[in-house]
Amino acid sequence: MTVEIGHLALVLAFALAVVQATVPMLGARLGDARLMAMAAPTAMAGFALVTLSFCSLVAAYVTSDFSVANVWQNSHSLKPMLYKVTGTWGNHEGSMLLWVLILVLFGALVAMFSSNLPATLRANVIAVQGWIGAAFLLFILATSNPFVRLDPAPIEGRDLNPILQDIGLAVHPPLLYLGYVGFSISFSFAVAALIEGRIDAAWARWVRPWVLAAWVFLTGGIAMGSYWAYYELGWGGFWFWDPVENASFMPWLAGTALLHSALVMERRSALKIWTVLLAVLTFSLSLLGTFLVRSGVLTSVHAFATDPARGVFILIILGIFIGGALTLFALRASELKAGGIFQPISREGALVLNNLFLSTATATVLIGTLYPLVIEALTGDKISVGAPFFNLTFGLLMVPLLVIVPFGPLLAWKRGDLSAVSQRLFAALGIGLAIALVSLVFIDRVSVFAALGCGLAAWLIAGSVTDLAFKSGYPKVGAAVAIRRLMGLPGAAFGTVFAHAGLGVTLLGLVSVTALEVEKFVTMKPGETLDVAGLVLNFDGMMPLRGANFVEDQARFSIAGADGKSLGEIVSAKRVYTARRMPTTEAGIRTFGFSQLYVSVGDPTEDGGIVVRVWWKPNVTLIWLGAVVMMVGGVFSLADRRLRIGAPAARRRQSERPA
Amino acid sequence: MTRLLRAAMLSLALAASTAPAFAVLPDEVLDDPALEERARDLSVLLRCMVCQNQSIDDSDAELARDLRVLVRERLVAGDTDDEVIAYIVSRYGEFVLLRPRFNYRNALLWGAPLLLLVAGGIAIAIRARKPAQSRAAPLDAVEQKKLDDILKS
Repeated sequence: MTVEIGHLALVLAFALAVVQATVPMLGARLGDARLMAMAAPTAMAGFALVTLSFCSLVAAYVTSDFSVANVWQNSHSLKPMLYKVTGTWGNHEGSMLLWVLILVLFGALVAMFSSNLPATLRANVIAVQGWIGAAFLLFILATSNPFVRLDPAPIEGRDLNPILQDIGLAVHPPLLYLGYVGFSISFSFAVAALIEGRIDAAWARWVRPWVLAAWVFLTGGIAMGSYWAYYELGWGGFWFWDPVENASFMPWLAGTALLHSALVMERRSALKIWTVLLAVLTFSLSLLGTFLVRSGVLTSVHAFATDPARGVFILIILGIFIGGALTLFALRASELKAGGIFQPISREGALVLNNLFLSTATATVLIGTLYPLVIEALTGDKISVGAPFFNLTFGLLMVPLLVIVPFGPLLAWKRGDLSAVSQRLFAALGIGLAIALVSLVFIDRVSVFAALGCGLAAWLIAGSVTDLAFKSGYPKVGAAVAIRRLMGLPGAAFGTVFAHAGLGVTLLGLVSVTALEVEKFVTMKPGETLDVAGLVLNFDGMMPLRGANFVEDQARFSIAGADGKSLGEIVSAKRVYTARRMPTTEAGIRTFGFSQLYVSVGDPTEDGGIVVRVWWKPNVTLIWLGAVVMMVGGVFSLADRRLRIGAPAARRRQSERPA
Repeated sequence: MTRLLRAAMLSLALAASTAPAFAVLPDEVLDDPALEERARDLSVLLRCMVCQNQSIDDSDAELARDLRVLVRERLVAGDTDDEVIAYIVSRYGEFVLLRPRFNYRNALLWGAPLLLLVAGGIAIAIRARKPAQSRAAPLDAVEQKKLDDILKS
């Protein structure tokens, strides 16, 4: 029964979304307050219905109801409970439902926190959100229904793909979707503003918290996905420039640009048209990503052919939303002209430069991802665009951007003084150059490029700290005064510092692991040892083990320092999941400081040994820690009191406090 | 996750025939370290034809292994890096190249970053020269006050 209730709730949610999409918009057009007032209740009721629907699917998974085709295909009664729950979105239908759940969640949040918006803008924003919801609910109901029953019901399920039986599945997709789908809010705001034909600095202030929140989630989602792939796939790669990765990276790049341009719009009322366009494009890239991933059009022509209906359906949604929004933009953009004037050397100027590089980088990734498709359609030739292309082009674009990052926050609005700012950054420059020189001289095997990379990372971190020191007045005022001033700084000031420093931390991790990674692959017999980067790995032997739904052969190694001191052990396993008879490799990872020792075992050899692959990955964790630092920056900015305007509930709390 | 999903699907397809092995295996490694390093550098540029988006250096598929061995055979035979690549392309087509060639067909791909950067720079320079004139309807007194209030808070 619960499954049928879930199905029914989904149908009702679709009907409600259609109401949400049309009635408030009509009200805004006619100036009818009663029609506009329909917006918030429909959005919240829609959220309640989709939640009900989602919960009923989770319930079917938890109770292993194999009469539901989706549960039968992706679950197993012996699966640990965590994976029964997360398995709900470990497949196409369920993850699409999660996608829509998060979409309507954002719709409901906007409805709750937008009472201070002008009535027509609010009605239009929620209505546009309704359009997106209706389109994707219809997509689920028409092509990807997770509630289809089987009769007779099978006794046992076919289990979840073993690679997905991991804590990563609990965290990565929800975070990623919160980011991906979160950008729908800025899209709806942009379309609503275009419909009204008017936009001002307050618009940017309303939109920015939503953009920030989506950006924080997407940053976390991408970083988490990268780390998951790193430890799960068994060869220690963390970024592959795979089309589906690019699909999540493009909205991140565009969203980062949007974050910065919205700042200019809010403060200086400039870059309005560009900001609106970016808001439209960012979510369009999210939609494009959904299409690329779901249709399988890029990864394999065959995957597309297995279910053309889904691909075509999303393509139509894509066409309507992106085409419609861009047409509206073309019609209305000329009416939006206005804005503050600024000199090229200014905070605005630096942010424009930031946007130039970020959008070029986004376009580069987009073109690289789609180029093979276009070439094949036009000429029939099959070509590949892979990691070597992206590393080269994207890398070259990022270097100048990262070099100018520390200048931005130090420049004044309207008209900046480049020589004064350069003087302030003298210390940071010195630190950067010193680090580059030190790494070139004292670390073996470091190329000039890698040394410069380390220097650039140090420059980013030191530049961010410079910004903070300058804002506190240190060293002109005493330390005590400086600290007091720091405490009084708005959250956004710390946000900038952390986000930019995080970039430096990630860069340091990338450079270290690329330049200094040590890789060994050998055949080892029990009792044999291997030297890796100053550590001695002793192969103790194999040990069979039985898990809840798998059996595995564990290869156990003890680690010792060069001085012979024991540093614990590391276990890598070859695992076979019984239900699908699918073998996986479980990598053994030990963290030393920021670096990691990564061990992965392969096949046994005929003479009783086993193939072992060992990596020393220096500073590898900095790659993801940097992302965490960036997220902390985003949260600081979100907490900024001045942004609370977008979330009236929070502001109310603020005003309730005694002054 | 999607990458994992696809990797999972792929390994599912392969699971029937092969257990997971390794990318580069100990018995493939050449004795000459310089030659081996060249082999590894070349392997990163070559696509495993049956995989989703892996180089032959990363992949554990049989075909990737065959290609790795082939690359090493050509190197041992004295080929230059370009000759090895040309030989592999002549057998497998340009699809095997993860870094597409510089040619007319790929001009847009390689040229796009620079082209966009320059075009964007020029557009910004032109706009900066003539300050935009406001054509939007000015706010009335009530709206302006509301905006001021909002921005003050």
